[in-house]
Amino acid sequence: MNLEEKCSPIVRNMPPSGIRRFFDLVNSKPDAISLGVGEPDFITPWHIREAGVASLERGMTSYTSNQGMPELIETIRHYLQSQFTLSYEQTEVMITFGASEAIDLALRTLICPGDEILVPEPCYVSYIPCVQLAGGNPVPVPTKADHGFKLKVEDLERALTPNTKAIILCYPNNPTGAIMNKEDLAPIVEFVKKHELIVISDEIYGELTYGNKHTSIASFPGMKEHTILVSGFSKAFAMTGWRVGYVAAPLPLAQQMLKIHQYTALCASITSQVAAREALLHGLPECEAMASQYDRRRRLVVKAFQDLGFTCHEPQGAFYVFPSIESTGLDAHTFAEQLLLEESVAVVPGDVFGQSGTDHIRCSYATSLESLGEALNRIERFVKKQKNKQPIHHHG
Amino acid sequence: MSAKLEHAVLSLLEENARIELDQIATMLDEDKEIIIQIVDELEKKGVIVKYGTLINWQKASTKKVAALIDVKVTPQRGHGFDAIAKRIYLFPEVRSVYLMSGSYDLSVALEVDSMEAVGKFVTEKLAPIDSVVSTMTHFVMKKYKEDGVILDEPEKDERLVITP
Repeated sequence: MNLEEKCSPIVRNMPPSGIRRFFDLVNSKPDAISLGVGEPDFITPWHIREAGVASLERGMTSYTSNQGMPELIETIRHYLQSQFTLSYEQTEVMITFGASEAIDLALRTLICPGDEILVPEPCYVSYIPCVQLAGGNPVPVPTKADHGFKLKVEDLERALTPNTKAIILCYPNNPTGAIMNKEDLAPIVEFVKKHELIVISDEIYGELTYGNKHTSIASFPGMKEHTILVSGFSKAFAMTGWRVGYVAAPLPLAQQMLKIHQYTALCASITSQVAAREALLHGLPECEAMASQYDRRRRLVVKAFQDLGFTCHEPQGAFYVFPSIESTGLDAHTFAEQLLLEESVAVVPGDVFGQSGTDHIRCSYATSLESLGEALNRIERFVKKQKNKQPIHHHG
Repeated sequence: MSAKLEHAVLSLLEENARIELDQIATMLDEDKEIIIQIVDELEKKGVIVKYGTLINWQKASTKKVAALIDVKVTPQRGHGFDAIAKRIYLFPEVRSVYLMSGSYDLSVALEVDSMEAVGKFVTEKLAPIDSVVSTMTHFVMKKYKEDGVILDEPEKDERLVITP
């Protein structure tokens, strides 16, 4: 019996994550400094962990309601209102296993066979496989380094067909660090309304912007009914391992998503929900302090890459820089592999995040200042070595 | 200089006294000249007192013995506690002296080479001071955290090397 043939062709034909392959290579270099980690280097602040521990001591080990603990939902509603001027009813918010589950729920709720979902690239590695698993057709919409990887409405217009149902937006963006401010979003909003599309807005990095405060696309007049807002606690409060996030959507969508959630996930972990509430109630000062540290490291990293002669737009959010390594004459995979083998620094080749990430690398600055400094020194040494190897001679 | 910028410079230096000033400038998006000027001013005003190193003597090859001493004193007319505090803090083996509210007056932290040296300090130097009414000595058995830094086993970075 061929077990592989028993598997669904959608799953079989899905390539394993490009990150996975690189992961094994990095693991073979135990001394490597990794700038490849997509999560905060901070440990969850103690008062948040302590709240989780205390809930276990009190014997809180049960299921919660499918939708999530009412107190947490109430806290999230208040938070969305005060931070991003978003109004959601109690019935329109649901707690999920991280933002990842929320994205999957949104896609499975929306997609009918043949539906097209616009996915601006470079993007988080899960979007396209999740669209495919839900039976939809992902349509990559490349964004360009020249525009600081901001999404342009012209690019969306070119990709639009009668089958287009939704767009997945992720700003602040992983892997580019690009943000979409109010002015950038305005034409996208018009486009979405005109064509009656749904936006799945992954705002998991919404607390991590540098300079301008994050604008949610759902906060535009009339956009709430077009938006499924996805977010969570992982990045803002350094809570990746707790696997807790949430989704907020207009009631007709929220009700449908809740059905899938209740039959597949049942509910998010109660310990994590208690901790998440503590995070929102008392953790914002720590969140700000972490953001301010990222901001300082960000400037350091951008300057280091620019000093090396790399084209590196200044990321305005998240904790990634996405410099072009074209000037080295290497493709991103060779660059990342050689850098790892020669200098023991791990970065992620940009094409893992989509075709438009080719010739770029993603470096996370969610790394201690010490390691970051050492990694940048090693990268500099590596790039200088490459320049000496290059056959082209510059005169001047 | 803005209070915010001053605070940012101070917290970077407090974290790492050896940080380069141009690194501070880059991190705070300021000119190096301005950072030099700020640090200079803070040094002159005595806000920045000195650039030290936090040492975990428990791990060093020369061990040190630390003790905290609660001291009750009789304040002096015209000087309050200041003069007596000075008589105590001028001893080089005294690491810190605080005036406390509560059941005793001065909290004196001592760091010396041996337990005998603690006893010697208390009996020969501290207790004989006229205004000292009583002393209670507590030996430090283990330091877990000092100046905001955990000396115990630090929490490990458990993250995978590459994640999306």
